[in-house]
Amino acid sequence: METPLFTYTLRLADNALVLGHRLSEWCGHAPMLEEDLALANMALDLIGQARNLYTHAGAIEGKGRSEDDLAYLRDCPDWRNILLVERPRGDFAFTILRQFLYAAFMHPYFERLAASKDETLAAIAAKSVKEMAYHVRHAGEWVIRLGDGTEESAARLREALEDLWPFTGEMFEVDAVEQALIDAGIAVDPAAIRPVWNATVDHVFGEALLARPRDGWMQTGGRRGEHSEHLGHLLSDLQFMQRTYPGATW
Amino acid sequence: MGAVLSFPPETGDAELAAAHAAAASVCDPEVPVLTIADLGVLRAVTRNENGIEVVITPTYSGCPAMDMIAVQVDLALEKAGITRRKVRLSLSPAWTTDWMSEAGKEKLRAYGIAPPVGKAQGRAALFGVEEVACPHCGSAETERVSEFGSTACKAHWRCLSCREPFDYFKCI
Repeated sequence: METPLFTYTLRLADNALVLGHRLSEWCGHAPMLEEDLALANMALDLIGQARNLYTHAGAIEGKGRSEDDLAYLRDCPDWRNILLVERPRGDFAFTILRQFLYAAFMHPYFERLAASKDETLAAIAAKSVKEMAYHVRHAGEWVIRLGDGTEESAARLREALEDLWPFTGEMFEVDAVEQALIDAGIAVDPAAIRPVWNATVDHVFGEALLARPRDGWMQTGGRRGEHSEHLGHLLSDLQFMQRTYPGATW
Repeated sequence: MGAVLSFPPETGDAELAAAHAAAASVCDPEVPVLTIADLGVLRAVTRNENGIEVVITPTYSGCPAMDMIAVQVDLALEKAGITRRKVRLSLSPAWTTDWMSEAGKEKLRAYGIAPPVGKAQGRAALFGVEEVACPHCGSAETERVSEFGSTACKAHWRCLSCREPFDYFKCI
């Protein structure tokens, strides 16, 4: 039986690692050198955040699982990330828009988590908030550049938004596990993030000449371990070495 | 714990002083002109019942140099003859460029990396307009090429006067 704090920490960690992995897939393939460095740098931030969170999750669980055990030796149903981050990387517009939507949520989220009653979560958040500020700015600038760019860049961005929007609702979900932690002053209430996220999104979309979609039916399930087929393919890449050569180190 | 490091108190504890000197002399593998003391990555050197404890903090969550710094600190202490020792990683308080020493900033500039400008005051430092002087010719006529540079802690800039590209140590 997972404790609420373990599940909560794992959700944060899995979001960071899966999105970090998706960004790392661009390494050597970005449209230009500067962007290659930027995407790899942002991937590194997220993977670093995931490492800290996994280490903490392992300590909470108390069964001796390390960050590596949690990252490399769990199968799909045990992953707790939102579906947004496991979507395949798509084109550059898709990647950068997803990064913006996620960072615009996580930046204010970490700001509040830095006041968590869980001291380790607070410390990790205080560190991560500085990194997410860069992600919001960098990805936001690109959303504007693409939206207000050429006909093709604008069309690709619009298409990416159509694909991504139904996956944004899951960021704001609260279940019983999380509600108890919110009440205890450990977790952040995503309802408090909504107005900040709306303001950031509306500002950037305005500059990018991008129409905000109406909130319709939203995809859900990742946080409960119900994933798309894409996560399995991602894990087969991420976990290949440890699955093939168990315990390998270098 | 703010900008002030927990230096060993003047207790005549020779081993603690030696440990501090050894740890403070370790250089950052990515920016080898700076010691971890210059950078503010070295947070404390103390004695407890298990021996000497050295506390270090990462610049960025994903800083790949941390493991190597920890190993190098451990080796430096071993060389100094300290057998009972531990290197501990601490995340709180979060590292800021405000902890970088003035001497460290000067060493960075001489090495060709523009040091962080001003104080890291959250969003103002991140979203304000930065004026970064070229570390080569001193010109203020510079522009940012990319927010992200050769390492997590640096951005890529170029000088419009001497035309040289340079790294800027980001202010966080």
